[in-house]
Amino acid sequence: MGITSLKRAALAAATSAAALFAGAANAVEIEYWQYFFDARVAAMEQLIENFQAENPDITVKMTHFPYADYRTKVAAAIPAGEGPDVVQLFYGWLNDYVEAELIQPLPAEAFPVETIDSEFFPMVQAMKGDGAYWALPTAVRSLALFYNERLFEEAGIEGPPATLDELVETAKKLTKADGAGNLTQVGITAGMTAQDHHWFREVLVRQFGGEPYLDDYKTVNYAGEAGVKALEFYTGLANTEKVTAFGFMDEPQAAFKAGRAGMHIDGSFRIGSLNKQRGLKWGVAELPAGPDGTQSNYSSYWVNAVTTKAEGEKYDAALKFMAYITSDEAMQIWLDTVGELPAKPSVGMTEKNASDPVFGPFIRGLEYAHTTKFVNESGQRQVLVDAVERINLEGASVADSLAAAAEEEQKILDEYYNK
Amino acid sequence: MYRNLSIRQKQIVWAWAFLAVPVLFYSVIRFYPTGNAILISFQDWNLLGKRTWTGWENYIKLVNDPVFWKVFKNTFVYLILGTPISLVISFVIAYHLDKLRFMHGFLRMLYFLPFMTSAVAMAWVWRWFYQPVPIGLFNNLLASVGIPQIAFLNSTTNALPSVLAPAVWAGLGFQIIIFMAGLRAIPRSYYEAARIDGVSNWTVLWEITIPLLRSTIVFIVVFSSIGFLRIFDHVFNMTTNNPGGPLNATKPLVLMIYESAFTNYDMGYAAAQTVVLFLILLAVSLLQLYLLRDSK
Repeated sequence: MGITSLKRAALAAATSAAALFAGAANAVEIEYWQYFFDARVAAMEQLIENFQAENPDITVKMTHFPYADYRTKVAAAIPAGEGPDVVQLFYGWLNDYVEAELIQPLPAEAFPVETIDSEFFPMVQAMKGDGAYWALPTAVRSLALFYNERLFEEAGIEGPPATLDELVETAKKLTKADGAGNLTQVGITAGMTAQDHHWFREVLVRQFGGEPYLDDYKTVNYAGEAGVKALEFYTGLANTEKVTAFGFMDEPQAAFKAGRAGMHIDGSFRIGSLNKQRGLKWGVAELPAGPDGTQSNYSSYWVNAVTTKAEGEKYDAALKFMAYITSDEAMQIWLDTVGELPAKPSVGMTEKNASDPVFGPFIRGLEYAHTTKFVNESGQRQVLVDAVERINLEGASVADSLAAAAEEEQKILDEYYNK
Repeated sequence: MYRNLSIRQKQIVWAWAFLAVPVLFYSVIRFYPTGNAILISFQDWNLLGKRTWTGWENYIKLVNDPVFWKVFKNTFVYLILGTPISLVISFVIAYHLDKLRFMHGFLRMLYFLPFMTSAVAMAWVWRWFYQPVPIGLFNNLLASVGIPQIAFLNSTTNALPSVLAPAVWAGLGFQIIIFMAGLRAIPRSYYEAARIDGVSNWTVLWEITIPLLRSTIVFIVVFSSIGFLRIFDHVFNMTTNNPGGPLNATKPLVLMIYESAFTNYDMGYAAAQTVVLFLILLAVSLLQLYLLRDSK
């Protein structure tokens, strides 16, 4: 009996070993990289689990890095034949990744250009080049007007403003100052360092009748009459209407979180941290419309792309994975876990999502959103930060300051495109 | 073969055997990256693509960049304001602390404490001190007695001194300790002789204490000069939203290097600035060697 059981055990071991090897022969392992952010990692883990259940022969290994190291690691790994088969990148980095041959275009058979054009929100078309899509988002972000419900109630205001004129009127009612005239509560936050530079570029300039850029974002065009009017309106909130102060409470979102600001323009990624703020009752509305009723918004997103490292069966597996993480199902999971908006109207504009009190205004904003093709987002933001500071600290005129900003930004664009 | 060596040669072999580890460490960790940085300063590289040779282009861009000259000036303003101010304050404190017996250790600890505190935490606390009403400590105090607010950080003229103040304060502890060690090293007999001769305190200070502290002063001047030339963490943390702002009023060279490299991904340009900083620091260090040699 002892011998039989031993034999049986040996046989069992041999069979399971064989099964293991057989499994390994069929299985493809691909690697997915993204930067570390709790909710994003959790959402991706769930997507990977679902994907592997549908495709038992493919395993996806996720690796994540702190945001600060991300670019360096990707740059070092892929040319060395290491690292990810599918990689996540910010939409503004696409040109750099394409030029450095880190990613490859998505094949037209699996990702037909016309289908993507019609199925995704229009701003995703920025990911198109040389007749193919290079990358696709799972989720997108847009801007909206956050407002403090308690302060609204206290000031007897019924609802959020729908136009820029109403915005100023509402803000006036929400502003408080001490005896010496120092602001202690602002009607609306202001600061180009936060999201306001997007609001100015893609929303205010258009609402005052301008076109911020020409020539596929290669030529700066906001220094004209419309841009000057838009910047006059923006800086006027602090300087003539006195409903805000630049640098009030250090950072705009801090002022809003602390309940010292009636309104605040910010991205959908702020929802999570506002939800954690105890005692803050807030609502969201679409960005106010311009003088002629024009509505506009700014959208940004992270995309996924197949790297040049993926070849053969890994390439096929990577395409399958790409198809899954840009599917309707994945987008709904991403919205529920991360709070980022679906990249397709078929998911975003469902009755439930589009009328959601929190996500709704952001999702409705996507329909008329624009995506700036940044070549260096922080550099281009700095240009507008400096423009406002020249006006506030050095007494420059709005037109001069904006002209100088346009010139500086054009220099950044030229340096990038004329390399 | 080893056997045939003379004792002197054997000693050399052993010396090198022990030195091998630090030499290797230094070549890999210090000299190789230094050489590489100099190489990159002649190239165009965005961290992702290939490096391409551009010759002196980065240096030409540097000379023609108004921001670079602004930053260059700022860096020396940090140095020219920071070094003498911290030197005088730390000497005055050390001089009086040296004469004090009551709670001497406790006071010394209090002065040394800021030096041990994380610069990042300190910079953020000071940043909040400087805010306008309703959250800034200083401006709240001013407002409560009816004085108009001062724009500490949000001003092209006040921002640099405001950023410099906590940096000076943080470095004081170290300088006080060095000064006190220097004061203790002066032989008592000189002071006794001076007292017998009936010399005034002022003369004792000018004729005995300060001349005999010369090497201490040279050390502190050089040490703090290098510190102020490399100032970064205070500026970066106090102005994170608009690094080195407003309008580059507080931007030091190291911060410009950081931005060129890690927000603009222009590694070649950043490396060229690094080479310039390296040359400045080299000049300061050589000056130090020259002065120290002279004092002996």
